[in-house]
Amino acid sequence: MAFAKLAEAFAEHSIRVAAVALDREHAVELSGDLLVASGRATPQYVSEMVEVLETHGPYFVIAPGIALAHSKPSEAVMSTGLSLITLAEPIEFQNLANDPVRMVIGLCAVDHDSHIELLAELSALLSDEPTVNSLLNAVDTEHIRDLF
Amino acid sequence: MKIIAVCGMGIGTSVLLKMNAEKVLAQLGIEATVEATDMKTARESRDAQVILTTPDLAQLLTGLPSEVITIDHFFDLEELTKKLSASLL
Repeated sequence: MAFAKLAEAFAEHSIRVAAVALDREHAVELSGDLLVASGRATPQYVSEMVEVLETHGPYFVIAPGIALAHSKPSEAVMSTGLSLITLAEPIEFQNLANDPVRMVIGLCAVDHDSHIELLAELSALLSDEPTVNSLLNAVDTEHIRDLF
Repeated sequence: MKIIAVCGMGIGTSVLLKMNAEKVLAQLGIEATVEATDMKTARESRDAQVILTTPDLAQLLTGLPSEVITIDHFFDLEELTKKLSASLL
């Protein structure tokens, strides 16, 4: 297990493969729903994640095909965690450089800096193209967990 | 030199940008501090030489004294290196 913090951040029920999203808001919601299902955040946090998209636009599509959906630390966050969905059909986020989105990673954090090492691991994971392809093409959640 | 990496909330996107910018700056031998921050703080900032952000957010960060550099692909260190060295070297 090369990425101990990632393995810990993705709690049970935090990963879903081949999710069907209707549009970009729905894709963000689905990633947020997994933060709720895995006990990291309340439904309020999911609403905030969608609000971020409405307020600031699709800036969080940070690399080709990859969105990092999140809001900010608040009472809606129970503990720092990540979720991940791969999409059955790619979704247009209206991000010129990196559309269409094939994977949404949800993030919630209890404060501004205790998750820095976690993000460093996430950055290392997503910087590796073969790993990203394995994530995108995983047929079940175990295949994804094997990459951490 | 001060550089700020900006995202909507200051906890996700901007932190990833800060980490990769620091790697590139070290490789280029440029001494700078990079702070991850949210849009509100960025709009009030007057002492950053460079603002690193995404094309979407750059449209909302006009009229500031800092040079705004937009990054498309956060994990592409070549893009960061090219854009940072064009601006700072």
